Amino acid sequence: MENLLEFFSFADPNIRYVTLGSVLLCSSAAIVGCFIFLKKKALVGDAVAHSVLPGVCLAFIIAENKNPVLLVAGAFLTGWISLVAIDYITAKSKIKEDTAIGLILSVFFGIGILMLTWIQGSGIAAQSGLDHFLFGKAASLIGQDLIVFGTVSIILLAVVFLLFKELTLISFDGAFAQSIGFPVRGLELILTTLTVLAVVTGIQAIGVVLMAAILVTPAAAAKFWTDKLKVMIILAACFGAVSGVTGAYISYIAPSMPTGPWIVMIISIIALVSFFFAPKKGIVNRLIEKRRIQNQITEENILKLLFNIGEADEDYFKARTIKDIIQRRPFHVSVLKSGLSRLKNQGFLEKENGYWKFTEAGKTKGQRMVKLHRLWELYLTEYLKIAPDHVHEDAETIEHIITPELEKRLEEKLQYPKLDPHKSEIPYNN
Amino acid sequence: MNAFWIILTGCLVSISCGLLGCYLVLRKMAMVGDAISHAVLPGIVFALLLTGVRDSFTMLIGAGIIGVFTTFLIEFFHRKGNLQTDASIGVTFTWLFALGVILISLFAGQIDLDQECVLYGEIAYVPIDLWILDSGEVMGPRAVYISGIVLIIVVTFIIIGYKELLATTFDPDYAVCIGISTALWHYLLMGAVSLTTVASFESVGAILVVALLIAPPATAYLLTENFKFMLLITTVLGIITSISGYYLAVWLDGSIAGAMSTIAGLLFALAFLFSPKEGILTKSWRNKEQNGTLSKSF
Repeated sequence: MENLLEFFSFADPNIRYVTLGSVLLCSSAAIVGCFIFLKKKALVGDAVAHSVLPGVCLAFIIAENKNPVLLVAGAFLTGWISLVAIDYITAKSKIKEDTAIGLILSVFFGIGILMLTWIQGSGIAAQSGLDHFLFGKAASLIGQDLIVFGTVSIILLAVVFLLFKELTLISFDGAFAQSIGFPVRGLELILTTLTVLAVVTGIQAIGVVLMAAILVTPAAAAKFWTDKLKVMIILAACFGAVSGVTGAYISYIAPSMPTGPWIVMIISIIALVSFFFAPKKGIVNRLIEKRRIQNQITEENILKLLFNIGEADEDYFKARTIKDIIQRRPFHVSVLKSGLSRLKNQGFLEKENGYWKFTEAGKTKGQRMVKLHRLWELYLTEYLKIAPDHVHEDAETIEHIITPELEKRLEEKLQYPKLDPHKSEIPYNN
Repeated sequence: MNAFWIILTGCLVSISCGLLGCYLVLRKMAMVGDAISHAVLPGIVFALLLTGVRDSFTMLIGAGIIGVFTTFLIEFFHRKGNLQTDASIGVTFTWLFALGVILISLFAGQIDLDQECVLYGEIAYVPIDLWILDSGEVMGPRAVYISGIVLIIVVTFIIIGYKELLATTFDPDYAVCIGISTALWHYLLMGAVSLTTVASFESVGAILVVALLIAPPATAYLLTENFKFMLLITTVLGIITSISGYYLAVWLDGSIAGAMSTIAGLLFALAFLFSPKEGILTKSWRNKEQNGTLSKSF
């Protein structure tokens, strides 16, 4: 608790730098990441992240010190070359994009490692700390770094703000953007540049290996909560900021803990929670919803079937056994049993020592399902000229989703018909 | 002698990787290979914690399971969560890799594994870690045996399942028609990739395995249209990569694994430019020649 207060009072300038730095890096990367995510280029971000390593080493070999501006420039150069190389290989040979990405990523990274180990063996004194680029070391951020990264973040935000409409357009529908005369290639170039900038600023804190997570994971998590791009960007930035602060805090209370991997861990947990539990789009909710619809369809099919049996016997309220029902339509026994008991609880059916029969409400509902089914069959034959023996399957699906409004319009359009295409009577409720 | 052991290990590792990589490249699953190579890290750490020994059988099995689990997770988020594949891959492997690095820092005192080793391995130490029998007889470096066994497993797998792998790779619909389970072979292949990744992990590191998985097969892909030749060329490329990578590293006094991937990339660049059929330079020369003969004949 004491640690917590001490940390969040930000009295220590070191804590201020680290926290502010992590938040800036994570949230600006998350914002650019949203567009990369929407363009389905998540792994390209990974490739850029790995490919900046040789550039960093090259800048160091030339300057012989860790001048942040030069390192960023070097990183920018090779990051950019890697993207161009991926595009070029994909366009000019039969190599597919995923192979090109993996190839460029690993080869550039390998060259970077070779240069890094060469530098380490060369005995240049200033090289210590260069390997922070591999896993990142947010805890060693200093004021000078912060100025560079702050500037880059502001540039990123400004460009995204000014070109919001254009970037949105090329992320969702590049072909359309081209057809209405937007300079798509130029805009893609700008987005590429933004990606490289975000990566280059982020690696100092996160390291090249996990940088892709900071770009894409917040966007993937945010996508599960909203359909609006603006909301998604704000959410992603918040997720990024939260993980940045938490990561900085964890490495503050446990100095042996690496900040970068912890930031990634936090953002991944946020993402996993979103994947599973987000309302509407979460996996759990989708399963529940799917289950609910399956149950509804089973229930409606049972009621419809009971009505059909009743129609044949001319006795709607006769008690039936499970066997009677299964003879008419091959339900799974367990599915049928649970459906029947749900219908009993809802008051549509009554059960008397193993026999099931309609209540008044049950009959009305079963009747409506049969009516919808037959109305739709008639509609298909009358208006779409489909042969009567081909319409059953389609009606079987659509009867569950026809709303009362649609029902009314069907009735009006078909002028309250008496018979369906199979000469069965259409049951009206009066 | 040391050079011999290192190069031998490098060859064994790069041949196993390359052979499996051919399937990954053709199945458009190169990045899944990348994901697996990162994601086995927590599996390795757990196995190390449990057994305390590197190169153990437990470690291979444990990481193999994690590898298959990774593929399963990627599919799961893609299918059930409607998450696009690239993001699904990106989220899954970075998460597992971060977990692995955190575990390493957490148990730094208990396990002998550091972050650099994770990235580019320690193939230079292969000759030091000898397998010594109880009777005191020195059998040679342990890594050679491990990568040798994995190569035998991989080759056996490919020979036994050649027909099934070929069918599920080139024409999954046809494979299903003749009664081959695409899912089974998919997961078997992923299991084999995980196994190889783990076995190669110590010598070339988790990330540079990717270079050996992808670069030689991609190069071979540009050089031939016959699948058997592709496997053969990949093998040869793997051997060339190991030998010249080793000497490049010695010359520069740098990481051997880094040098091997540099060579692998260089070989790809050569094939990309000069491959008899697919090279962009050979293509443009051919075009010029054809244009020349065409204008002469007019």
